[in-house]
Amino acid sequence: MSAIPVPVPTEGGAAGGDGTLGQVPSTFQQVLLLSRYQFRDYLRSRRFILMMAIVAATGAILTAVVAYFRPSSLLDNANDFYGGLWAGGATFLILFAGIIFGGDAIAGEFQNKTGYFLMGLPVRRATVYAGKYLAVLLASLVSILVYLAIIMGNGTYYLGVGAFSDLGPLAASIALAILYLLALMGFVFLFSSMFKTSVYAVLVVAVLFLFGFSIVQTVVLDLAHIEPWFMLSYANGVIGYPLSGVPAHIQHVRNPFTRVTATAYNPTYLEGIGVMLGYWIGTTFAGLFFFEREEFT
Amino acid sequence: MTPSLEAVGLTKRFGSFTALDHLNLKVEGAKCVGFLGPNGAGKTTTLKMFTDLIFPTEGQAFINGVCVQTDRKQALSTCGDLIESPEIYPALTPREAFEMSGALRGMRPEEIRARTAIVLDEVKMTEWANQKVGRFSKGMKQRVNIAAALLSDPDVVILDEPSTGLDPRGMAEVRSIVRGLKNENRLIFMSSHILSEVVDVCDEVALLDRGKLLFADRLAKVADRLGGGVRGIEAEFTSPIDDAVVAEKVQPLPGVVSWSRESPTRLTLQVKGGLPEQSRLLSQLAGLGLGLVSFRESRSALEEVYLREISVGDA
Repeated sequence: MSAIPVPVPTEGGAAGGDGTLGQVPSTFQQVLLLSRYQFRDYLRSRRFILMMAIVAATGAILTAVVAYFRPSSLLDNANDFYGGLWAGGATFLILFAGIIFGGDAIAGEFQNKTGYFLMGLPVRRATVYAGKYLAVLLASLVSILVYLAIIMGNGTYYLGVGAFSDLGPLAASIALAILYLLALMGFVFLFSSMFKTSVYAVLVVAVLFLFGFSIVQTVVLDLAHIEPWFMLSYANGVIGYPLSGVPAHIQHVRNPFTRVTATAYNPTYLEGIGVMLGYWIGTTFAGLFFFEREEFT
Repeated sequence: MTPSLEAVGLTKRFGSFTALDHLNLKVEGAKCVGFLGPNGAGKTTTLKMFTDLIFPTEGQAFINGVCVQTDRKQALSTCGDLIESPEIYPALTPREAFEMSGALRGMRPEEIRARTAIVLDEVKMTEWANQKVGRFSKGMKQRVNIAAALLSDPDVVILDEPSTGLDPRGMAEVRSIVRGLKNENRLIFMSSHILSEVVDVCDEVALLDRGKLLFADRLAKVADRLGGGVRGIEAEFTSPIDDAVVAEKVQPLPGVVSWSRESPTRLTLQVKGGLPEQSRLLSQLAGLGLGLVSFRESRSALEEVYLREISVGDA
């Protein structure tokens, strides 16, 4: 042992050279491995039970409402049925799934000290980030698919084989919902990477999505009188378009009581998809940027 | 390959506070090195930089010659570590957690199974292999963490106060485990502030205080650092001894500088010299016929050096 100054090593360090280093799996394999065990952890966790309870409650309420009122506007064809039940519920559930599974995905590694176990392994931080991202995506997708199964079960009951006559619009709506999930998860991971305390991360994301964005959207619309195209909560409006049709981009609505005409905006496909893609890519990499620099102090 | 750990000018500052100040230290070979220092000395900060949990302000850390800061994946591939009592995902069992960490390290499934059985047996957690970690006590989790650090049979093991949170029996078992590891071709770098633990298991020590390395040496040579210094020796007798008897018979013995009374039957003698002088004194004390039943250093050589070096730092 020496406590004297030692030679300054070359950039990148010397080679390991014991023959075992090459056995460490590739980054991609490690991402899949990590996500598998993280997903298993989610499936056994209380949060998954909570999420399933929310899905079941949402599905049960919609089932009961349709069964009681039997609205003819929904029961005419599959697109109307799915348009009425799928899009709104999915948006709501994606938000909950993102918060419940993703809110503390990164912050929890610091607060719960699970990161000390993971980061002691020969894995890159980006691997941990991607593995957890994939696991949250899978857990959220399971929740959304259960909800979809409930909706399609209802569709089968009311429409029979007609429920499966043209699933293209529903598939397109599901694809848009997944894009929204990815964008939301990017946003959630960004905040989760910025905090070392799970509660803060979950609270900030929940408050932002449940109240903050709605308030900002209203302010932008009513006070600034501009289209809030840059809001994720606005862009997600396109999820229902394949089923319900694309509404007019700008609508003038006259309030019969106040006789004031207000301008309402609906995102175009291009806006919606573009903004969701932008949020997904931008916030995901921003979150990784923070996680790469966060220290386990 | 000879296992090694090396810090080159390793420095960590948190704002204006310097937690570690240009640490230059190289340890290599199959041995156990105790990384000593009082709370806040910078021990954990150093180990965290060796495992890339925090980033150096200056300098680099190397494991087996590979820079942790530039290639953490390769550097940590031959290293097992236990830093600050980590938590395993609570819904996973130890067996599943080891499957994950073993697979991430590139171990084959049959290798993981075999090693899991060995390391869980070593920490006496075999019967808990299939229970969720979330139900474990702190001590049980720490045992599983130690097992996890050893899973891949690494060349280098970094342990940050491994007996933290364990009951006395658990602490003794951890020491036994670490002693067992020394028999293999492995470098163990273990931080601790429990001197008896370090004396018990380590071959070498490095003493850190306020972010600075005070010394690093073989444990066997630590006593030499005391030079011709005076050591405290506790002597216990079967029956009370009068002060007059002590002054007449004990005080004049060669090497005895002074004495003080701890109890009617126990004295602390300040003795000059090393082990040969102590051996001679023991024979002479026993020969006085005072009923000597115990003769031991009031503090170990390491404790003496530790306290002296730390107090020099305080001054």
